[in-house]
Order: sequence, then structure tokens, then C-alpha cells
Amino acid sequence: MTNKDMSYSAVTARKNEIMKSSLGIDYDDFVQSPVAFDYERMMRETGYSMDDIIRIQAETKVGNTPLFELRNLTEAVRKISPPGKGALILVKDEAANASGSFKARRAAVSAYEAKKKGFKGMIAATSGNYGVAVASQAVQRGLKCIIVQEVFDSRWVGQPEIIEKSRACEAYGAEVLKLTVGPELFYMLLRTLEETGFFNASLYTPFGIRGVESLGFEVAQQVRARYGKDPDAVAITHAGGGNLTGTARGLLAAGCKDTRIIACSVDLSGLHMASDHDFNRKSFTTGHTGFGVPFATWPDRVDVPRNAARSLRYMDAYQLVTQGEVFYMTELLTKLEGLERGPAGNTSLTAAVTLARQMDKDQIVVVQETEYTGAGKHHNSQLSFARENGIEVRRGDPKDNIPGKTIVLPKRLDQVRGMEQDIDKLRHSYLTNAARVLPAADWSEGDIAFLAADIKKTPDWVKQNLPA
Amino acid sequence: MPDIKKGTWVEIEQVVLTPAERASTLPEDTKKVPYLMRVSGFLTADASLGEDVEIRTIIGRSLLGKLVTINPSYSHSFGKTVPELLTIGTEAENDK
Repeated sequence: MTNKDMSYSAVTARKNEIMKSSLGIDYDDFVQSPVAFDYERMMRETGYSMDDIIRIQAETKVGNTPLFELRNLTEAVRKISPPGKGALILVKDEAANASGSFKARRAAVSAYEAKKKGFKGMIAATSGNYGVAVASQAVQRGLKCIIVQEVFDSRWVGQPEIIEKSRACEAYGAEVLKLTVGPELFYMLLRTLEETGFFNASLYTPFGIRGVESLGFEVAQQVRARYGKDPDAVAITHAGGGNLTGTARGLLAAGCKDTRIIACSVDLSGLHMASDHDFNRKSFTTGHTGFGVPFATWPDRVDVPRNAARSLRYMDAYQLVTQGEVFYMTELLTKLEGLERGPAGNTSLTAAVTLARQMDKDQIVVVQETEYTGAGKHHNSQLSFARENGIEVRRGDPKDNIPGKTIVLPKRLDQVRGMEQDIDKLRHSYLTNAARVLPAADWSEGDIAFLAADIKKTPDWVKQNLPA
Repeated sequence: MPDIKKGTWVEIEQVVLTPAERASTLPEDTKKVPYLMRVSGFLTADASLGEDVEIRTIIGRSLLGKLVTINPSYSHSFGKTVPELLTIGTEAENDK
């Protein structure tokens, strides 16, 4: 045991030192100013090519997942679309990866890196599929694994979805630290990294994000091989930004320059993410606006000094959907397509219905993930739990959804409409956040060029939209 | 007499931070309660429920805490049937 000061403030003050030794990356090396850093060089210096990533992942049962046509759903969408509209909807069945989600792609490269650098184990702080992925990848590389999870409210009640993930992590031989609600999860992560000297398998390292690139790359290759053209749009569930960033980078690496990147999140506005009371009133534990909006508008709020997941850099549009719409689509995917998958992974499927209706019949929209389902991680479990926690569940018009109060399952497919979020508003908010780090008056040309690239705009646009 | 044998799979509880030690930026409801952790492992010596004990976790780490559960298990399920889901995408939906 150490004699170090283990108080909240002392441990968080040792953050940089802990991060450096638990990752083997010196982020200072890439920093150009308080706001700017050399993102592309940081990604390149992971030292892995796309071929390396694909090979590493293949060694541990990740990647090369099927891309299915959702023929019945496409037909149903065409029936409710204007003449000539109703794009073909494809789904990438990422549930086929070891551990049952695309997160295995992220964990695979981190586990390989941890092993290569001589770490004895790896740690991740997550209540999501990522923990299960890290546990599954660690065991295959002969590494020990600790998952730090936010599981319970102060009554020791947990979302069935998270309880299932605790179980799955333990099933793969991980030690699971199960915590009550609070942002001190990060403190616990730091403390455990320091105690063990294990590798920090953060979701936001360059290794994790580069691992997702193979997903976008495969989508490009599979669509081209089968249809002789590039996908017109790819719908991506957005929370911390890694799924979107990695997939978009993979598509670009394959040369898909005109493919539109559509972010989608479940609208949970009004629920506080650190509230003990609100914790079990959310029926989605990820893929929602509680992560999606803050991470888009300031990526560097994470457990590493610079986030490799930078969603506004790649995003062309941002769709919001309601919890009820996603649960409805999850049931419809089962009934129409014979594919029973977890609800959180179907967020982008829900947005794809809205997109397909607006797109031409000869166009292609790809839903780039699914996730595994089972006890706890099933829309019936989630809805049943919501009902037990006093949330109203009914059929109706999804516009009547109120996060934390009412879940309205649409009556018909044409009521699945989602809602487009104003992406320029997010860009303004990003610039406002950047100005908090360094006042806009002090931004150099280099800073402006970085910020412009980071929100997919030109330096002139940034200059015309400087925050007050 | 300690009634739980060494080597039993158990769960311990730790107060990680008391309310006063927690982060300063919490919402009011969260600020009022301590930050707690539960972890499972094998008991390293005979003990009774509620005692402070040591466990060896599945990866071999030694952790201390209050013994709260013997043979911790998972019982999460598919929940009670939500009838509103049954009619989605079926004949019954078309009848509406």
C-alpha cells in the first residue's frame, strides 16, 4: 500500500503524472497552444496502419462483420415516403464481434498496445459495452482487467442494462468495481491506475479511436463490392464521439469523400447526468444527448489530456430521436427483419428511417452498428424497469415523450421522425468553450486553423463567428 | 463465532468518499449521500456478515471492506411483459 494522499483533490491533482505512466503517451508532445494540438500527428504516431489494425482485430475475433440489407424495413419505409423516395437501409451487424458490440474494435487495439508495452493488466471506467469489450480482449491477450462502473443509485438499485454489463465483465474474468452515482468515477479510475500500474484503456485514446476506423473502412469496401458505389449516408449513434470519429476516419481512409456522416443521439434533455435521483429515470445509459452534446461541443472533457474522438470534425448532421422511437424500432427490427438486438445500438437505426424517407430510392443509408441483447439489455427489460420506477409507458405520438416522465412508443412507422439538431449551434457552443480555455482575442492563425478543422468549417467561418 | 468460511465468494462494501469528501460540483441530491463501492471476491479468513474483512478478487488483488453479501448473484431478467410492445410490427398493429 502507498503512503500517498488518497483524498479526492490530491489524487485528481496527480492526474497528468498518472495518465503519462498508464498510457505511455506524452500528450505535451502534440500541444501547440492551450486550444490547439497536432491531432493528425497524434493519430499517426500510434504507429498502426489500417492493415495492422485489421490484422490485430482478426487475431481476437473482431471485425469483418456482416452487412445486411433490411429489405422488409426498406419496403415499409418506401410505403410511407413520397414517390421516388426511400433509400435502401443496410445494417452492419457489429453484435457479431467478440463481446457483442463495435466496442471490441476499440478495446482490441488498446489490449494489443498494453501487451506490447509490457503492462500486466488494463483498466477502463465505463458502464457500457466497452467494459465488456475490454474484459473480453484482455483475457485473449493474457492481461488482467479491472472495470470501474457506475452501477447503483444510493438505494443500491441499478439499471438492468448496467447490471447485465457488470455480469458480462465478470463472466470474462474481470474485477468489477461497482460504484454509486457520481463523477468521482474518474477519481476511482485514477486511484486504481496508480495502485495497480495497469494500462489506462480509456475510450478516448488514439488507439481506441483508430480501432474503430476499420468499421468505416469495412462499410466502404462491403458497399462498393456489392453495389458498385459508395454509401450515400452513414448513420452513427453518438455519445462520447469515438464511434462517429473512428467510422468517419475509416470511410475517408477508403476514399468515401462524399458520404454524409449523420450523428444520432437519444434525446434525454432535462435529466442531470450526475443526479442520484435521475440516474434510474433514464432508459438509455448511453447514446444519449447527456453525453452527445457536451462531448461534441468540447471533446477534451475526458479521462485523457486530449481526446482522440472529435465528432464535430466529421459530422454533417445531427439527428435526435426519442427513447420511445428507439424502443419501437428495436421491436420492429425483431419482427420485420428477424434480428433481435439491443436497444442502444438501434439509435442510429431509428434516425436512418427518417433519413431514408428523405433520400432517393437508388441511394444507400448504412446503420453502422448493432449490439448484443439478453436479460437486462433488452427493450422489454428497460421498459419494464421504467414502469416500475414510475415512468409512464404508452403508445401514441412520440412528440409527447418527456425524458424521465413519459415514454411514448409510436403507433405507426410514419410517426418515427426524429428531429434535426442545429449543428451550427453546436459549433458556436464549441467555440465558446474554446474561448473559456483561451480568450478568442488571443487566438493565433494556427489556433483558428485548428478550431476550423475541429468543427468542419473554414478559418473564415470561425473569424466571422468569434464568440463574444 | 464467524460463520462464513474462508474462500467463500462474497461481496464487500467500501465508503470511498463521505459526503464531505466528495467532489464540489455535485447536484444537491448526490451531494447528500456517500460515494460507495461494492466488489466481489474470495474471503481470506472466516468472518461474519457486517464485519470488516479482506477479499482476494478474481484477478488476485487484496481489497478491504464490510462484508455485505454471501455468494453474490445476478437475477436481472427480461422484466415483466410490456404489452404495448406485442402489437408492434404484427397483424394486431394493422387492425388499429
